Amino acid sequence: MTTSGTSRRTFLGLAAGSALGALGLSACGTSGPAQPGGAASAPATGGGAAGTASMWALTGQPNQGIREDSVEAFNKLGKGSIEVTFFQNDPYKAKIRTAVGAGEAPTIIFGWGGGILKSYADAGQVEDLTSWLNENAAFKDKFIPAVWKAATIDDKIYAVPIQNTQPIVLYYNKMLFEKAGAQPPATWDDVMNLVNVFNGQGVAPFSLGGQSKWTSMMWLEYLFDRIGGPEVFDAIYANKPDSWSNPAVIESATKVQELVKANGFIKGFSSIAADTQADQALLYTGKAAMLLHGGWAYGNMKATQPEFTSSGLGWANFPTLPGGKGDPKNAVGNPANYFSISSKATDEEKAVAKAYFTDGLFTDAEIDAFINSGQVPVVKAAETKLASSPDAAFQQFVFNMTSQAPNFQQSWDQALSPAQAEALLNNIDQLFLLKITPEQFADAMNGTLGA
Amino acid sequence: MTAVAPLAPAGTGTELQEPAPPAGGAKSRLGILVLPALLMFLAFAFIPLIGVLVLSFTDWDGISAIQFTGLQSWVQVLTDPGTWHALWLTFALMIITWLVQTPISLLLGTFIAGQQHYRAFLAVLFFLPLLMSSAAIAIAFKSLLDPNFGLAAGLHLPLLAQDWLGNPTLAFVTVVFVIAWQFIPFHTLLYQGGVRQIPEQMYEAAQIDGAGRVRQFFSITLPQLKYTIITSSTLMLVGSLVYFDLIWVLTQGGPGNATRILALDMYIRGFQANQMGAASVIGVILVVVGLVLTLLIQRIGGRDLRASQMEGM
Repeated sequence: MTTSGTSRRTFLGLAAGSALGALGLSACGTSGPAQPGGAASAPATGGGAAGTASMWALTGQPNQGIREDSVEAFNKLGKGSIEVTFFQNDPYKAKIRTAVGAGEAPTIIFGWGGGILKSYADAGQVEDLTSWLNENAAFKDKFIPAVWKAATIDDKIYAVPIQNTQPIVLYYNKMLFEKAGAQPPATWDDVMNLVNVFNGQGVAPFSLGGQSKWTSMMWLEYLFDRIGGPEVFDAIYANKPDSWSNPAVIESATKVQELVKANGFIKGFSSIAADTQADQALLYTGKAAMLLHGGWAYGNMKATQPEFTSSGLGWANFPTLPGGKGDPKNAVGNPANYFSISSKATDEEKAVAKAYFTDGLFTDAEIDAFINSGQVPVVKAAETKLASSPDAAFQQFVFNMTSQAPNFQQSWDQALSPAQAEALLNNIDQLFLLKITPEQFADAMNGTLGA
Repeated sequence: MTAVAPLAPAGTGTELQEPAPPAGGAKSRLGILVLPALLMFLAFAFIPLIGVLVLSFTDWDGISAIQFTGLQSWVQVLTDPGTWHALWLTFALMIITWLVQTPISLLLGTFIAGQQHYRAFLAVLFFLPLLMSSAAIAIAFKSLLDPNFGLAAGLHLPLLAQDWLGNPTLAFVTVVFVIAWQFIPFHTLLYQGGVRQIPEQMYEAAQIDGAGRVRQFFSITLPQLKYTIITSSTLMLVGSLVYFDLIWVLTQGGPGNATRILALDMYIRGFQANQMGAASVIGVILVVVGLVLTLLIQRIGGRDLRASQMEGM
């Protein structure tokens, strides 16, 4: 199982390598402040508004292909042209930061919203799109409202949502549940009971890619919300002093440690990395019964294990907690990905980028492409189209989760500043290893507030 | 052994036979030859080093304007218990990897220096890890050691089914093992070369005096390898300061902070937490530790590097 993962990664590596090569070629065309003279690939656009804007996005199918098609279709409209370069996920995060810092960002910047977008906005590196969006209300209205939150900083919008919504879902292995005669957990008591049931059968109750740390973080994201409601993290996000000492924080951390002590997670979880998808493999090979993971895991499993995904994979909402204040419909995860416009771009480049947003993003063809790949695009128009999709059951679940969530909390490591996020991931890791108590966790995290 | 390696004329006269010092004109022409190396050193070692030193007195997230904050980053890093833990781990890793690698490479190198054909064949096998990149080695070991899908699960060997990279103590031991696996071949190569330099006559003389193999090893091979040991130890000890790729891929510094040595701490602070000031402080600490260490090893190895090891030859 892991071999197929490895070869796929190798392929992605090659793809990234070739993308870097392409960058080397295109760099000379984009670094100039004004007219990118070297851009021989700009199509003849028969007069009118013509210009070239650069775009950086991520490698990896199906989204890379969808983006390529979308850009190609836009370039034929005669409203300017986009040159897109693709990068692998993790190297991109470091590269885009360096490029933005050096004032060499592309016109259109791919991002995740939240804390990193805030640091760009604070440094004046990205365009404030608020007034433009107000002028183009029809465009703004295309989207599921919940996805704008992560693009909004101090009531100003700095990015437009793209691609698909990725709430965190509780996946389970239907075969194992049938064998155990069990139902997916609706409450936290059910969770603890199922831990005993599956441990008794020699199956790990929960798979967890703990080495990646953000995987463990997902548990706390849901627990905070279910126990204390969105206010708990809102206070942390607002850097209110001692906001990590909220009783809901201590209770969540205690619940997690109880689950660890009850062998709720698979043995060796702290050495399992999510980026090799070993945590998903544990679920579909029947070594673990449940997995809390992002919505993208469905597409990953569909690609590698189509049979299991169509017949053996179940999904549910995160369970409720007795006396919890949070709405059980609240969701956490990545609401969407985002495109921002570099404030260093020329007016002409900015105009092309905006034209792409209104005329190139989420065309009917693009929406269909996302749906056919098993994903849920972040636009309202997706709802009616989802019904006829082969993956309708999962996609409608995800669409409803996102569109009906009273609060969609963005993943903490994206929402917080990079320094806080790093400290958070480190402390969560220690919490799951039982190296620190919930109180020590809260104290350590209080120390990062206001930083 | 028929051909005996030609030896330098006996006695101390060799040192007097140095070529006459070049005239002034030749000297300046030779200066030009140094220029490319000097420029490379300035551009890629010295100037970045100054840059890191300057950055260590700033607060910079990589995007906004650089703000000079004096000693703030230094105070932040030096009062953080995580830094001292990382420093302690770095030294622990340095010493333990040295203790593990040196005897094994020394013995393997001596063994492989023999002229037997089967040893040459074994040498080829031993040196295979040298051909692999650290990242590839780390990915391979990570897969092999996976408690659920790894070697243990495949071969049904419960003894191997430990949580190698998930248990903080075991993870450190595993990292030491993988580092040794990767670097022992290189140091074996150094020792093989060193042993082959030892004149055959010494062993012949020892045999005539009735020294056995063990005595020969301790009285001839080991003392003659003094400078090889110094070279190899310097590479090992200073090199261990910058172990990064292997550990990063294997454990990412985890579980917890169990393998977060200074080099990883620097990367995480710089490129994940985006605190370039704090990361630069760690960078400066690493440079200083590396320099002190190198000087120290040179001292221990004896100041007079020209002292002869060939008395009586």
